[in-house]
Amino acid sequence: MGKTLSEKVWDEHVVRSTTGEPDLLFIDLHLVHEVTSPQAFDGLRLAGRQVRRPDLTLATEDHNVPTVDWDKPIADPVSRTQVETLRKNTEEFGVRLHPLGDIEQGIVHVVGPQLGLTQPGMTIVCGDSHTSTHGAFGAIAFGIGTSEVEHVLATQTLPQSPLKTMAVTVNGSLPEGVSAKDLILTIIAKTGTGGGQGYIVEYRGQAIRELSMEARMTVCNMSIEWGAKAGMIAPDQTTFDYIQGRPNAPQGADWDAAVAHWKTLVTDDDAVFDREIEVDASEITPFVTWGTNPGQGVQLGASVPSPSDFADESARAAAEKALTYMGLEAGTPMRDIKVDTVFLGSCTNGRIEDLRAAAEVIRGHHVAADTRLLVVPGSARVRLQAEDEGLDVVFKDAGAEWRGAGCSMCLGMNPDILGPGERSASTSNRNFEGRQGKGARTHLVSPQVAAATAVRGTLSSPADLVPAAV
Amino acid sequence: MDKFTTHTGIGVPLKRSNVDTDQIIPAVYLKRVTRSGFEDGLFAAWRNDPEFVLNQPRYDGGSVLVTGPDFGTGSSREHAVWALQNYGFKVVISSRFGDIFRGNSGKAGLLAAQVDEKVVQALWTYLEDNPGGRITVDLEQRTIATDDGSVEDSFDIDDYTRWRLLEGLDDIGITLSHDDDIATYEATRPSWKPATL
Ligand code: SF4
Repeated sequence: MGKTLSEKVWDEHVVRSTTGEPDLLFIDLHLVHEVTSPQAFDGLRLAGRQVRRPDLTLATEDHNVPTVDWDKPIADPVSRTQVETLRKNTEEFGVRLHPLGDIEQGIVHVVGPQLGLTQPGMTIVCGDSHTSTHGAFGAIAFGIGTSEVEHVLATQTLPQSPLKTMAVTVNGSLPEGVSAKDLILTIIAKTGTGGGQGYIVEYRGQAIRELSMEARMTVCNMSIEWGAKAGMIAPDQTTFDYIQGRPNAPQGADWDAAVAHWKTLVTDDDAVFDREIEVDASEITPFVTWGTNPGQGVQLGASVPSPSDFADESARAAAEKALTYMGLEAGTPMRDIKVDTVFLGSCTNGRIEDLRAAAEVIRGHHVAADTRLLVVPGSARVRLQAEDEGLDVVFKDAGAEWRGAGCSMCLGMNPDILGPGERSASTSNRNFEGRQGKGARTHLVSPQVAAATAVRGTLSSPADLVPAAV
Repeated sequence: MDKFTTHTGIGVPLKRSNVDTDQIIPAVYLKRVTRSGFEDGLFAAWRNDPEFVLNQPRYDGGSVLVTGPDFGTGSSREHAVWALQNYGFKVVISSRFGDIFRGNSGKAGLLAAQVDEKVVQALWTYLEDNPGGRITVDLEQRTIATDDGSVEDSFDIDDYTRWRLLEGLDDIGITLSHDDDIATYEATRPSWKPATL
């Protein structure tokens, strides 16, 4: 019997396998940030241990860095301590760090791919659940806890029990104007937030093949939101073209050897998945969430559901609770929901392509009165690239705030937060209660919907806009 | 991690059940960047009460916590174990533990000894009648005993966790015992794999 993509990559990383025990997997790349690493480094120190492979480790500052005045000392003492601790730890243990102000600084899941460090067939971990992003390259990538961070720092390995495999096949092509975000939100709404529990998921099929690398990252990023351990997409020419020429990409003969190997990283025809799901891409339309988990979503053209629409008792109770928190009435057309803030950014949708897509929609328009648009590039490189292309001017002309790189309003850990009861349309990945600030209400949307929403002040798609006079 | 064979220390009766990890250490204490110093957050909500058991001088220097059922339920925070250890506890005795808490304890070297509810009651009585009384916990024999011998019983712990504690092996120590396998693997990695340095 053949093997699936994930089984191939897994098998290539087994350092030790004994019956009755988890496999010991070698880790090719360990990404580190300021929030989940301090105790791991302190644990090493207490035990008198070293970082085994600093050459396979990379640190950046992202979760609680400010996105304005980033050249000044960080005002919040807790954030400042975490960032300063990361600087001390990386220096002491010889780990490469891209600190605030550095040209390679940014969200850890934007920085890895951008440097060419994220490559097919790798194992990649980070103390952050959205590490699944890197699976877009055909890597096994997943988030780990702080003691696992310490484990990987000390040993460059991680004990892991094998996972079940699932295939999500997306047939046909996405309609014009429908994005990867709409696709993944649709999949999550279909399966529920626990649908992927215990699985490594491989996204495949025509619509997936047609996605750019950045769009594939958006899909894999949100694998964790339906409970999957990791999401993967088999590498192909799109993948190779994206990697080639990046600072850490293989070169010359190494490149040829690497590509030859990468081409073997596809699921064999006779391989069997533990579970398979099929999705018809042509039916997908702009999709937004109404509730407080990423599975509580509907088509933008639909209305806020009523708890009684749910047959399952616990889903009904969850819907009721979510509607109360979100301050929404069942039956309200989604398009009538007014938002206070639009957030464009995060490791889900803070890449150059996302900014281009949003800029395209907003060009020549103006952000609605009483609405605020915050544009936060995923990395310093993305910011500079966008400025080179004049996207910053498009956003600023439209009345948006153009910020420095970081996680920003994706989570309320830095100064970019919403007030109680404030409502956002956000291109990030989590709409949990309090995620963007205490009492804050979040609607997850694509970059295109975010831009159109900023212009109209209510949840909108680009098709709702009167063409701008440009 | 230090090897754990047997421990004798002052017993502290915490006469409460359902002590979840938020009560062991509230979230506001989690901002620290070290693995030590969490003792000030331990049972923070109760520490202002002069009657609270940890505030009674007779239990000063206690290292064996004797508590009601369902200790350590709730959030998975490893800090709950660290806070108990930072305070000086080596053993927690209860009739039922939260699963994740028990797992985290074993990993960090805190012995979570599961006993019958009646043993907890007997230990409480002993500790109240004999403040500062000591309890010996023998991991090899899986037994607990009070100094005066009035309570003697066995406790449950799974074989794997017991072995790790006896050997003083944390997860990292176990993996590093396979260092040869890791080195062999590293020697065969393709040279084109990326490096950060
Ligand atoms: S952008 Fe949001 S989801 Fe991504 S790493 Fe930062 S906090 Fe996590």
